[in-house]
Amino acid sequence: MTATELVGLTAAEAIGRIRAGELEPAELWSAYQQRAQADDLNAYTWVADADAPAADPAAPLAGVPVAVKDLFCTEGIPSQAGSRILENYCPPYTATAIQNIYDAGAPLLAKTNQDEFAMGSSNENSAYGPVLNPWDRARVPGGSSGGSAAAVAAGLAPWATGTDTGGSIRQPAALCGIVGFKPTYGAISRYGMIAFASSLDQAGTFTRDVTDAALLLEAMVGKDPYDSTCLGLPEPVQPPTATDLRGVRLGVPEELSGEGIEPGVLAAFERTLDIARDLGATVESTHLPHAAHGLSAYYLIAPAECSSNLARFDGVRYGMRVDDGGGLLDMYTGTRAAGFGDEVKRRIMLGTYALSSGYYDAYYGRAQKVRTKISEDFESAFSAFDFLVTPTSPGVAFELGAKSDDPLAMYFNDFCTVPMSLAGIPALSIPNGTAQAPGGSSTELPTGFQIAGPAFSENKLLNAAYALETALAFDSSPAREAS
Amino acid sequence: MLSSDQVLHVARLARLELTDEEVTRMGLELSNVLDHIEKIGELGELEGVVPTSHVVELENVLREDSPHQSLSPGVVLASAPDPAPGGFRVPSPGTS
Repeated sequence: MTATELVGLTAAEAIGRIRAGELEPAELWSAYQQRAQADDLNAYTWVADADAPAADPAAPLAGVPVAVKDLFCTEGIPSQAGSRILENYCPPYTATAIQNIYDAGAPLLAKTNQDEFAMGSSNENSAYGPVLNPWDRARVPGGSSGGSAAAVAAGLAPWATGTDTGGSIRQPAALCGIVGFKPTYGAISRYGMIAFASSLDQAGTFTRDVTDAALLLEAMVGKDPYDSTCLGLPEPVQPPTATDLRGVRLGVPEELSGEGIEPGVLAAFERTLDIARDLGATVESTHLPHAAHGLSAYYLIAPAECSSNLARFDGVRYGMRVDDGGGLLDMYTGTRAAGFGDEVKRRIMLGTYALSSGYYDAYYGRAQKVRTKISEDFESAFSAFDFLVTPTSPGVAFELGAKSDDPLAMYFNDFCTVPMSLAGIPALSIPNGTAQAPGGSSTELPTGFQIAGPAFSENKLLNAAYALETALAFDSSPAREAS
Repeated sequence: MLSSDQVLHVARLARLELTDEEVTRMGLELSNVLDHIEKIGELGELEGVVPTSHVVELENVLREDSPHQSLSPGVVLASAPDPAPGGFRVPSPGTS
């Protein structure tokens, strides 16, 4: 097979060929390693330079290599979380989720670029430079897992891990035309994931298709003695097989599918609803009355938790230190001033303010109550519907720099994805077509379709997404051919 | 609008050193974001609503206390900017 044919295979197809003896894992490793080393999207912050590691074709992932978001600790390999404060930091241990992937037989190909500490929706907040979108290099790949999304879309990796706190898997997957899956909160261990907002952070997958998502997810999930909030999943994740949506009730929350969504994205969304109907689903509009306040609650809860989690970066135990002889307090403040970027400082300030004396009840306390109301909205909706569907991102990929001076405009990217994060429920984005960016651009850019289900409905969700994906027949090859 | 004094107070709490330019910009940006966020005030009375600190209801389950090998001090100290034998060296807290 030529290298182009090799990277055209999904991970599941590659595993099938390896098991049949038609493909050597080392051949696949070399093809991806060469493409990863030639990465001109800035998707990677580290690429393996070793020869192909020994692979076991009988292992669940059969030696198909994986790219890992930089904020997952990988022993002895730089894990910088997109931040200057962790430049060249090589952790002494490996995150459980990644160890699980290694144990399932997939070696580490590369670490992916990301917004600093996962704070951002464009990947422009990385201390190691922005990532470019393979569909149009003048545009962002989304964020915060922008490197993972761009790498998988461009065929620089068969698949990748990411993390999603308010949309950081689903939104970049949508903007890059691939599948992004954030499972139920607690399905995957957070041990060794450099923390942003602990009650929201959830690891997940970036893959070419839904079948690959099921495979990689199954490798990552599981209880962990090092994370007491981790539950695993009640049953193994199975490869999806559904061919139709007969009997499936889809709800379209009006609050997340109208105002503020670009016309091209809405048109693609409507076309997908028609396809769902053709496949036998019922589609009805519904309400999540508190969803419109999700963004406000999120931008209080996430910064509050971030201000606490990031207190550990103080120049003492790891990372950089700036010490100009002014004493301990000066060392702390100077290190953090030099080590953190603008967005991280902004969120630490916002979170510290929201938690400070006199404001706690009005901000953080109230946001936690809104979170309860949003969970109740979902519970009530799921008594009438199997899944709720929305556009994943309110727009297609925007140009680099277009929103970087306006934090609030950037935060609106998470409008459709934040409510599911607050409720801790699983949600997946599949590519459902292309649309032109507003403002007369003729470039066709991918759009995403989000499907959310009740907690622990992973297998049902994957089956519904698989049936839709098959009918949609989205062509992801342009992004690989451009790279 | 957050005043410069408020911004500086929060920065002190957060152990962040800000330049004058950052103080001005941060005051403006945080005020814009807070103006939007304050819309959750419109939701009216939330008295009696139980706040969510964690989405999954979990009960503590105790496990056997089984000793295991932790990372050695040498491995842990290797990441430190200024390791000392058996500890982390820091500037004196008494000089400022």
